[in-house]
Amino acid sequence: MIELYVLLGLMIAGAVIAVEVKNLLSAVVAVGVVGLGLSVVFLLLKAPDVALTQLVVEIAAVILLIRATLHRDIASKFLGNRPFGAFVAFIFLVLTTYAGVLIFKSGMPPFGEPLMAVSRFYPLNALEGTGAMNVVTSVILDYRAYDTLGEATVLFTAVVGVLTVMRKMGRKKDLQENDE
Amino acid sequence: MSKERERGMSVIVKTVTRLTVGLILLYGVYVVLHGHITPGGGFAGGVIIALSFINLDLAFGKRVSSGILSKEGTGVIEAMGALLFLALALIGMKYGIFFKNFMHPDGEPGELVSAGIIPLENIAIALKVGAGLFGIFLTLIAAQKFEAEKK
Repeated sequence: MIELYVLLGLMIAGAVIAVEVKNLLSAVVAVGVVGLGLSVVFLLLKAPDVALTQLVVEIAAVILLIRATLHRDIASKFLGNRPFGAFVAFIFLVLTTYAGVLIFKSGMPPFGEPLMAVSRFYPLNALEGTGAMNVVTSVILDYRAYDTLGEATVLFTAVVGVLTVMRKMGRKKDLQENDE
Repeated sequence: MSKERERGMSVIVKTVTRLTVGLILLYGVYVVLHGHITPGGGFAGGVIIALSFINLDLAFGKRVSSGILSKEGTGVIEAMGALLFLALALIGMKYGIFFKNFMHPDGEPGELVSAGIIPLENIAIALKVGAGLFGIFLTLIAAQKFEAEKK
């Protein structure tokens, strides 16, 4: 399990660097480090479906961030010292650590325990019930297909929103008003 | 920047892309079609297919990729995927409930044709996700070009 903790430390370091660094390209690379580390963590936790999806989506997100946002003039303003933000972050860190100590005082349960009744049902019955060898797919597309429908609706709404905000028609009208 | 956008990158990138982009597309199709047997599924496979188109767009420039799939085409394909998914769910109503797996006993588990409507749902989600992601990519790139011209 030591490699898991090394990866988690790498991801935390990447997230902090992505927030704090001034250069935009370095920030994007640090975000990519976080995502790829998360993909390997999923693989170590024996979830290859999520690992594959995370890897692929992370690559697409990094490409989009580099190509679509990097060459804009985003002035990196120096915000100065932020004493209130630092204070809030410190209080949040203390409270989170305290809650973690309270919850896991008696030690973490072993990995995969306790196995609940619902999660025991799927490995035993999914193959006969749906005929799919991949139990994850049988869950997300058969037992929990409503959730997948909701997720598809969320994605559809996101795409429609992007196409609406970025459409060309409103931009031309804006330009004409500027010319007048 | 906009010159690179029109004509594509250098000849090295173009040659490597010509060799690999078909394999990437083929791997995406494999992940989608075997979603009910091996890890993967409609979402991951759809993103891989979209990445092969993005690769083509980055390497060869705008003219080649828009000749294959335009921005309006991505919208149509995305809507078709969503409607196919919803139609599969609604056909289940005829057999009892929403999302009823009405084609279930149709082959040995582990074969390509098995698991009822799950592969069809995977294909629908792949069409939706892949076309949607490629459409977002084309839209954001076009907005960036517009801002460059404005300056």
